[in-house]
Parts: sequence; C-alpha cells; structure tokens
Amino acid sequence: MYRVDLKDGADLAGFRRALRGLVALDVEPDEVNWSGGNAPSLFGDAALLPVDAPPVPLPRPVGALIESVVCHRDPERYALLHRLVRRVVRGERGILDHHADPLVHRLALLDKAVRRDLHKMHAFLRFHEVRDPASSEGPGAERYVAWFEPDHFIVEATAPFFVERFESLVWSILTPVGSLHWDRRSLTVGPAALRPEGLDRDDRFAEGWQRYYESTFNPARVNPTAMRAEMPRKYWANLPEAAAIPAMIRSAPARVQAMIEAEAAAPRRRNPDKAVAAMARQEPATLAELNRIIRGADPLVPGATQAVLGEGPEGAAIAIVGEQPGDQEDVEGRPFVGPAGQLLSRALEEAGIERSAAYLTNAVKHFKFVARGKRRLHQSPTAGEVKHYRWWLMKELSFVRPRLVVTLGATAALALTGRSVSVLRERGPMGFGQTGLGDWDGFVTVHPSYLLRLPAGEAAEQAYRDFVADLRRAREMVEGAG
Amino acid sequence: MDDALLDKLGILADAAKYDASCASSGAKRRTGGPDGIGSTTGAGICHAYTPDGRCVSLLKILLTNYCLFDCAYCINRRSSNVRRARFSVDEVVQLTLGFYKRNCIEGLFLSSGIIRSPDYTMEQLMLVARTLRRDHGFAGYIHLKTIPEASPWLIEQAGLWADRLSINLELASDRSLKEFAPEKDGGAIKAVMGQVGERILEAKEEKRRFSPAGQSTQMIVGADASTDLSVLETSDTLYRRYGLRRVYYSAFSPIPEASSALPAKPPPLQRENRLYQADWLLRYYGFTVEEIAAGGEGGMLDLGIDPKLAWALKNRERFPVDVNSADREMLLRVPGLGARAVDKIVEARRHTTLRLEDVARLSSGLKRARAFLIAADHHPGGLTDRADLRQRLVAPPKQLSLF
Ligand code: SF4
Repeated sequence: MYRVDLKDGADLAGFRRALRGLVALDVEPDEVNWSGGNAPSLFGDAALLPVDAPPVPLPRPVGALIESVVCHRDPERYALLHRLVRRVVRGERGILDHHADPLVHRLALLDKAVRRDLHKMHAFLRFHEVRDPASSEGPGAERYVAWFEPDHFIVEATAPFFVERFESLVWSILTPVGSLHWDRRSLTVGPAALRPEGLDRDDRFAEGWQRYYESTFNPARVNPTAMRAEMPRKYWANLPEAAAIPAMIRSAPARVQAMIEAEAAAPRRRNPDKAVAAMARQEPATLAELNRIIRGADPLVPGATQAVLGEGPEGAAIAIVGEQPGDQEDVEGRPFVGPAGQLLSRALEEAGIERSAAYLTNAVKHFKFVARGKRRLHQSPTAGEVKHYRWWLMKELSFVRPRLVVTLGATAALALTGRSVSVLRERGPMGFGQTGLGDWDGFVTVHPSYLLRLPAGEAAEQAYRDFVADLRRAREMVEGAG
Repeated sequence: MDDALLDKLGILADAAKYDASCASSGAKRRTGGPDGIGSTTGAGICHAYTPDGRCVSLLKILLTNYCLFDCAYCINRRSSNVRRARFSVDEVVQLTLGFYKRNCIEGLFLSSGIIRSPDYTMEQLMLVARTLRRDHGFAGYIHLKTIPEASPWLIEQAGLWADRLSINLELASDRSLKEFAPEKDGGAIKAVMGQVGERILEAKEEKRRFSPAGQSTQMIVGADASTDLSVLETSDTLYRRYGLRRVYYSAFSPIPEASSALPAKPPPLQRENRLYQADWLLRYYGFTVEEIAAGGEGGMLDLGIDPKLAWALKNRERFPVDVNSADREMLLRVPGLGARAVDKIVEARRHTTLRLEDVARLSSGLKRARAFLIAADHHPGGLTDRADLRQRLVAPPKQLSLF
C-alpha cells in the first residue's frame, strides 16, 4: 500500500510529484491511499514513493483535464486521475475521445463542474470600492475588494482572468478557501478569509447597479425558473442586485395586468414635420461645415497627423483631385506642397492655368504611411479606403461645383468613377456622370509623382510634355464650354 | 453617482430593455494592459440574470429616450407619454467604467432615440465609444446601435471603435414597417446593413478593425401579421445576403403607454422560443427555411413541439437512423441530439460500437432520440411509425407558468 499526502485544496504540484513516482513504480490504482491534508493514515505505515521520478509525457488534453479536475471537491479525484493516467501510459493515448467510457465520462462531469464554477466566479464576483487610508498608493486611493464563495478549489485558477481584466486596479478577492491580492505589479495568494462586513456600505455604484438591474427586467416575461437555472440561489447572498429579486417577481403579474388593462394612451400632439425637417437639415450646408467635419473625424487610414483639406475658391472652373497627402502635406496641412505639388505648379503654369484659381484636393484626406526608422514611407490607399473617403469628396465637389474635374493618377480616377481605371490607356476626357452624386465632366491624367519616379532622360521629358499637354487640353475644354 | 443620475439610469435602462440583441460574444481577444482597463475573452459572460431569465452582460441603456420618430411598437416614440431623460457622453462613460470595475458587466450596449438629427445622434454614440477607447484605454465590449438615417461617414467612424454595430429591422416586411414606423424606411435600413456588411468584409481583407464582431439585428414578433415563414425568410436573407452574425427575435411585449395602434396582450413567448430554435436549425443544422416551415401549418411553427421534432414527425420515412453508421448531417436531424452530442458520437464510435447507455452518456436528449435511433442493442421497431408518437414525446402541454 502506498500513501500520498497532498495539501488541502487543489494540490497540482503535489499530485504531479506523486504521479511521477506512481508511474515510475507502475503502481496499481488500488494500491494507493490518497489523503488530503493531515488526515491520519488508516493503513498504518505505507511504502514511500521515489521523490525524483522523471516527468510523465501526456497528451495535452489529458494535462488540461488534470489541471481542471484537481480543483474539484470530490475526494476521489486524485484516484480517478491516477486511473486515467495509468491507462494512457499503457497505450490508450486517445482515451479522451472515448466519451462513452465510464471513467472518461465521470472525469468529464468533474471537469464540467469545475469549469462551470470558474465561469460563475468570473461572472458573479462583485468588486466593491473601498477607500483605504493606509494604501501604499497614497491615502484614499481606489481599491477594490470582493467576497465570493466558490464550490470548488478554483481561487488560484481564476487569477489569470482577473489579473488580465483588472491589471490597472488594486484589488483583493477573499473566499473561504483562499484569497488573491493584486497591487498592479504582482499577485499574492493568501489564506482563507472571513466574510468582510459592510462591503457595499458606501458604494453608490452598488446602488446604481441594483437600480439598473430592476429597470432592465421586463415583467411581462417573468420566468424565475430560467433565471435560477443559470443563477442559482446560492449565489444571491453575494450579489448586491439579488436583494431585489423577490419583490420583482411578486409585483410582476400586477404590473403586466395594469399595462394590458390600461387604456391606450391618447397620444400627445407633437408636430411630425420636425423629424423630417431635421433629417433634411443634418447634411452639411457649406463647404466650411463639411471641412469642419472632415477635420474633426478620425483617420480611416493608419498614420496621419491631420486631415489635409481641399484648397481653392468655390466655383472654380477646374477641380484637380490627387491621391492623398504626402509627408510634407501632412506636416503643413495643405495639399500639393511637396515635390509632386511643386511639379504640378510648374506644369499648371506652362499649361496656362492659374493655380490659385483652381480647386485642389485629394481623394483620401489623410496621409497613409508606414514608419521605417525616421522616414515615413507613403502607402497607396486600398480600394476600400478610397471608398470610405468618397462620400466626403463628392460632397466637397458638390459645393465647389467645378465645370471640369481633373483626376491625377489611378486612385483619383477610382474615387470619381467607382471602378479601377488604367490611366495611361484611358487618359483624356471622361464623363463622371455615373457617380450618382455629381454630374461633372472629367479628365483623366497621370499623377505628377509618377513623373518624378521615371528615370531622368528623354522618356521622362516626353512624359512631362504629355502631362502639360493634357492640362492644356483640360483648360481648353473649360474655356470652350464657358 | 448622485440621485439625479440614478434616476436617469432607471429611465434609460427601462427604455432600452426591449432590445434583445445584446450578447457580448465574437470580439477578438484583447486586454487593456497596465494603463487601460478590461479584456474581451471571445465568449462573453453573463454577469447576472434577471427574473425574466435573460442574461445581463452589457450595460444596456439609451443615450436618451427623447425621439423625433413615432414607431408604434416603441415606448420611446414621439407620441408616448413616458418620462424622458438624457445622459451626457461623459455620464455614459463614467457609468460604464464604474460598473465595469465592479465586474458587473462585459461592456456597453448603447442605443438612442433620435434627437436633433440622425447625424447628431450617431455622432454622440460614436463619441461615447471613442472616449472610452481612446481616453480610458477601455478594452471591454462596445456594441453601438446604428442610426440608419445617419451619414455614411459617421457609421465609418463608429465602426472604428465598436465591436459590433447593429441596426434593428424591427418588422419583417416593408409593409408593416410603413404601417407602424411611418418615418422609417426599410430600404434605408437594408442599405445601411449592406454598407456595414461590405465594410466588415473589406476590413477583414485589409486586416483592419471595423466592427470586428460583425453585425446583428432584431425583429419584433407578434406586433404585425407576419408569419413565421416570412420572418425566417427575412432572417435567411439577412444571413446570406448581408452576412449578419445574429438575428434576434423579440416577442412583442405590452408596454406602458401603449399606442392604440397595437393590441395589448401578453407577449408570445413560446413563438419567440420556437423562432430561436428554428434559427438555430437554419444556421447550424443544415435545415432550409422550407423544411422548417413544412413542420408546421400555414407558415406558422408548431407551438407544441420544437421545430426539429416537428420536421422529424412529418418525415418519418427517413428514420430510424443508425447511430453507429449514419453520417453527421443525418444525426444532426435526430430530435434530441444536439450538435455537441453529435460530434461526440462521431468521435466515440471510432473507439467502440455504441449501445444505448453509451448514447445516454453523450446526450441528455435520449428520451426523445430513442424513437428515431438504432444502436447496437436497440431498435425502435414500430415506435417510429406509431400514430401516437407525438403524444408520447410531448409532456402534457403546460401553460408557461409565471412561478
Ligand atoms: S426611432 Fe427608435 S427610439 Fe425612436 S420611436 Fe422609432 S424605434 Fe423608438
């Protein structure tokens, strides 16, 4: 006969040590007397187990099951686990799939009970705020204390959940089988505690919570059986809101009856036109109002310090739409001020278009980039991102009301047409009427940053001349139309 | 929390309670770390249950119950005489954090009556979410109700901060919507659903964050003349076409200050229950709407038995099935066997030939299943085809008792 002494509660380390010895000596489960704590042995002297037997390799699900089941209150748990492990080391490695096996089934029930208990402790434990004059965080610092009574030895097993969730708070969890203390840096596991008095005495949030609980209940659906299945009475003592339950149930039928019998209320007269008018009014009425919205909104692309708004007079004959602000634009908050912008200015001048008379803007209003060391590398917006910004662009153009919209590069063309456009193949005039939001004449050409990327030489110079020719044609279109 | 805030909390929780769509599941795992607060675990936790058996997981409140609109089924409609209140953005933030720190909730479910304009209202909702996330490092769950009439860019912004966006369809057919919610436009609601669905897909492809837990909606049952068939057809479309994560059904409940447009009667809870079961069959058990509806009569589900049993009783020629050899699809159609039990059966039968007592360890619904199952030591014989099988399987009809 072997005797194994384990600590009270869930002694995972002790069990593991014992298990190694038992497996090393190939001990039959019936040969072991598992005793918790200081219980005197009924079997007199017992044989000793080796203290340094090697680890037992187990399939991961078996390991997880052991960790869970040792938390159960059932005094037979260690013996059952030993039986399971013995079968595993004797070759039944997939034993846990054998759901109908009586031993596997019984252990599954224990496991389920522990998991449920864990889940209920995560769910039903309530912290109360206490102001602690002697706190290490300074007098009166925020501190939280909870009292809970679990069914099984799960207190330590719940610690990761609470630490993760409330890492930035100072708290203690007290239970009759152990306690946890977290000071924002480390966790201390302490002994069993007594129920503290008057925890929720000064906590108005506890009162608020009870009010919420009462108000969120629908008396027309009263069904206490369903409630008790999930929240059995044994938990009520520690739930501040549960005090209200009996009265809520008692008054429910009368409340429902009153609702059903009440004469349907004569509606109070209110003018329905208000709703309709409000909906019509909500659209930004001016470009300035729209710009305020854009400036206040969060970037829909990663990066960006600020939104870069369009620039130029309302009523401009030509609106020029680029892709998105670059590094320099993002810093200055103005469109087309970087190298590509300077090239654009030059080309506009050569084409006979006064830059300050045109309206300049971008399809995407924020700079999208990835940081590489100190540099911020431009990233093309995705089709989805272009679409997110489209509503703004269309509104913007509807205020400017240009006679012609010139799109620079594929992104701008995509924004205006809603489809992907091959710029080099389709450059030239294009109706943007199908957008549904505006009905502008359009003109597709390349983006100046494309010109900057071409290697210097005859081809680059030709490309620049083509770009200027495009702009000149655009100008002629506007003048012809005017 | 002072008395005035307490009072508002009572009013605005009461006003929000008719919305059933408040699960906190589906968010990616996330933690607030040493400077923030909170975590999401993916599964969601019910922190309490009210005596109606419903789970309390999120702080479910309205920003305000003032409303410009006049939807007949809604307690907050313009013409109702209820007490009105309004939270500030900061009050909602403080309530959320206060309850969260006490471990009362998983997060916030915020909806609102429409004040000033749909855009203004949507912006306030978005600001609550943004303040929680950005200023307080809040990592708990946030579900925002989308105002369908708001501008698309605001919905984009809200999606940056919320785990879930939802829009309530409320009524299954556009005609009912016209009748009971004169200012609402079914087309607009579906358009926004389409927009949100599209954005969620895009964001997934681009590995961006946009309402990562998906979108859901709620339909009210029993307020209009829609049949179960048409309700389920609507759900089916929502799941398929709009990629919705969940459709919630809410039995129309008598409300104080009821409108004379709707009859006051107890909510059809059993019908709601059957719809949830049918929805489940639709999503996880491979049933089609037609199959489910065929289990009942005239487009309505059988209230006396669950829809799976109803289908089985009308399709007895497909039973009994052998628990040791039938494929998974067919086992899922056996009354009494849940999806979890079926998976265990499929695993366990690789190790052994299952007898009835083995099945009993794997499933708690054996009483119903045995008339439809063959096991190593069991054959239902003529039981499957007995005319009184329904009576044998159904406990004598009990009124849903109040106590
Ligand atoms: S818009 Fe919403 S809050 Fe307003 S009456 Fe209709 S359902 Fe109620």
